[in-house]
Amino acid sequence: MTAQELLDTLSSRFGSAILESKLDVNQPWIKIDGNRAREICLFLRNEPSTRFDYLMCLSGVDYNDGTLGVVYHCSSMEHKHKIVLKAICSKDNPHCQSVSAVWGTANWHEREAFDMFGIIFDGHPDLRRILLPDDWEGHPLRKDYKVQEFYRGIRVPY
Amino acid sequence: MDQPKALPTNYVTQPDKIATSKGKTVRTEEMIINMGPQHPSTHGVLRLEIIVDGEIIVDAIPHIGYLHRCFEKHAEHMTNYQQVIPYADRMDYVASMNNDWAFALAIERMMKIEVPERVEYIRVIMAELQRIASHLVALGTYGIDAGAFTPFLYCFRDREEILDLFEMTCGARLLYNYIWVGGVSHDLPQGFIEQAKEFCTYFKPKIKEFNDLLTYNEIFIKRTAHVGVLPRDVAINYACSGPMLRGSGVHWDLRRDDPYSVYHKFEWEVQTGKGEVGTVGDCWDRHIVRVREMEQSVKIIEQALASIPEGNVQSAIPKRIRPEPGDIYVRTETPRGELGFYVISDGSGSPYRVKARGPAFVNLSVLPEISRGAMIADLTLIVGSVDIVLGEVDR
Repeated sequence: MTAQELLDTLSSRFGSAILESKLDVNQPWIKIDGNRAREICLFLRNEPSTRFDYLMCLSGVDYNDGTLGVVYHCSSMEHKHKIVLKAICSKDNPHCQSVSAVWGTANWHEREAFDMFGIIFDGHPDLRRILLPDDWEGHPLRKDYKVQEFYRGIRVPY
Repeated sequence: MDQPKALPTNYVTQPDKIATSKGKTVRTEEMIINMGPQHPSTHGVLRLEIIVDGEIIVDAIPHIGYLHRCFEKHAEHMTNYQQVIPYADRMDYVASMNNDWAFALAIERMMKIEVPERVEYIRVIMAELQRIASHLVALGTYGIDAGAFTPFLYCFRDREEILDLFEMTCGARLLYNYIWVGGVSHDLPQGFIEQAKEFCTYFKPKIKEFNDLLTYNEIFIKRTAHVGVLPRDVAINYACSGPMLRGSGVHWDLRRDDPYSVYHKFEWEVQTGKGEVGTVGDCWDRHIVRVREMEQSVKIIEQALASIPEGNVQSAIPKRIRPEPGDIYVRTETPRGELGFYVISDGSGSPYRVKARGPAFVNLSVLPEISRGAMIADLTLIVGSVDIVLGEVDR
């Protein structure tokens, strides 16, 4: 299935949840509404003509314009096609639906995005920090991150 | 020596803690055990919080991050794309060549750089040698997990030969910084091809020796068959990759299914687990997939050595690498599976964002699924069969 066909399928089914797309680049992407991510992903996984059963990667991004993004790289083992989905949320209220019920692998990736960017994934079964200690302050991969002065009495910046 | 003390005569057994013969099972309270982060069989600093009922695992929760070195933050703060490569080296330190290649490939695809044919061949040879070296570490230490010490020494003896080849090429034995964007840092040294050919001839019979020692050892089979079974659909849902996925019977290898470089020119086969001694997707299947992949790697190396063309080892790239604004996700097959880099460029000389999708990180996330219901003694074998490198899990 080409990216154009995929976009048409999604637009006809989800309408207003498909916000924007760019298909003439190396890896075509479709921007979706983060608050409806789960149903869109579930459809993409289950629909026989798309069958995106393999989530390659899920990354958080700070676009440095007051928004954070979640990028889903999906691929299909059966059809060998790929698509990139992007969801945007504001930095002040960073909420996005969790897709860990769709792909088990999203569980740890979402925890990492929460750890590094502070994106809150609604519906995630176990959303806590994964790489940093639980009592760390701030989210380091945000572009406006300032490192804390002390961590448990140890000076952090060196 | 003192004799062990006998139980006191007024000792009373605790009725709810012993088994009765009338069909009542042993009932104990659930207990939480910490395994690691310094446990020898966790292959690094992995902490497992295990909830056990007697000897049976109810749940195993991995806690990671002890080795977190902020790879992604570092990558954003480099002044040059090439400077990221030594950091990528240190992610999966057992398979550095493959990491270098994955990152270099991402930037090359982004800038649409064509590398010379000779470079592709050198990269394939290096990556496959590295695959053998990495699998030797995995298989050798897996033997130790099962209680067999000798195969480990045999594995490290053979790995030494590969490290000698790497040292000859780039001077380093573990962290190479050899594969650069647009090429490799040096051409192959004189005598490399002969020595690599000698290694292939030397190594082929060693695989059989290893199989006789460990793989088909009856005790080893009894320890690993039917243990830690990862069903096919769970493997795909958790995006497992590499021997972990192929052990579950999925015919999937990025070298064939998402082709890059010149792998299509060589004759080789994707190996999958077939459940020969147990269930498809058990620990033994993952083990045998690694062993058979080494055979295939030798085959690829021999063909590449026989047909390597002459030419440059660096393509003409600008001194300062500035990809067009945009993003790309590139994945390659490392010994552990799919290593992907998601790179965003804003047009400047350093990456705006680099996300590393490590195969060990993702493979480890399926651990709770496959260890529920197993015995504590089997957990070390299950963790060993995932073949994690904590340097890459924690980045």
